[in-house]
Amino acid sequence: MDQHTRTPHAETPHKISYGTYVLIWFGLLVLTALTVSLAGIELGRWVIITALVIASVKSLLVLNMFMHLRFEERTFRVFALVALGTLLIFITLTFFDYAFH
Amino acid sequence: MSSTSPGVAAGPHAHRDDVGSRLGMWLFLFTELILFGGMFIVYAVYRFTHPEAFHLAAAELDTFVGTVNTIILLTSSLTVAMSITAIQEGRKTFALTLVGMTILLALAFLVNKYFEWGHKFDVGIYPGAPELLAQPQGVILYFGLYFVMTGLHALHVIIGMGVLIYDFEAIRRGTINATSFVRLESGALYWHLVDIIWIFLFPLFYLLH
Repeated sequence: MDQHTRTPHAETPHKISYGTYVLIWFGLLVLTALTVSLAGIELGRWVIITALVIASVKSLLVLNMFMHLRFEERTFRVFALVALGTLLIFITLTFFDYAFH
Repeated sequence: MSSTSPGVAAGPHAHRDDVGSRLGMWLFLFTELILFGGMFIVYAVYRFTHPEAFHLAAAELDTFVGTVNTIILLTSSLTVAMSITAIQEGRKTFALTLVGMTILLALAFLVNKYFEWGHKFDVGIYPGAPELLAQPQGVILYFGLYFVMTGLHALHVIIGMGVLIYDFEAIRRGTINATSFVRLESGALYWHLVDIIWIFLFPLFYLLH
């Protein structure tokens, strides 16, 4: 609550221009084209890594810009990091279990 | 609202807390993240234990349909994001147009999905199909995950459409307006999450060559 009263503009979320949104959308389309064309190339082990990196970059664009995460109060980002961190722990522990069986 | 003191604004919305509403929505989205995240872990494990079968099975999926659906969802995310700027500027008709476009794009996604699944059923690929059960274990697992994960995602698309139709009606009636639009923001947040899930589903199921 304290933090709430200290940020006077918290009630009026940041307004993002149509042009910025269109630019982000265009970037997302370019990344989609990239991931589709890379899938046709034989990259061996790197196939999954490049696909996941591109998907993560796309997600960050959606989270930060479309979902306004970077314009929200810090609490939102802390929450998001805790949620992602939890999922990452699940993934890492499962990976170690299967990789070193 | 913006000119009055934040948090405890006077007037008819004395107990309104938009930041709290959005934070609540984000908390709900985190539970969705864990729901789908768990399934992605199951996918990762089976892909790790059955690499050849997964590649074989993925060849059955139509990359073109998957790419079209990706473009549809990304565009729908754009229109719903723009609708918030429109409502902030008080451009009601434009906001209605944008939300309407988002709903139509969601419908287009589902129509594609309907034909895609229909085609799979025709060639004997559906959970428990005799043709599918004759395949190697990894292929059965792949299609089990494919139907459960894209099916649950499609269910989210249907729910998201319902939420957006509700928001459309609220904008039309003026309940959602330039000074009070957190409901549209929540609907949009849900819709973007549906988009993010697809951003990961698409390469993991369709682009596995």
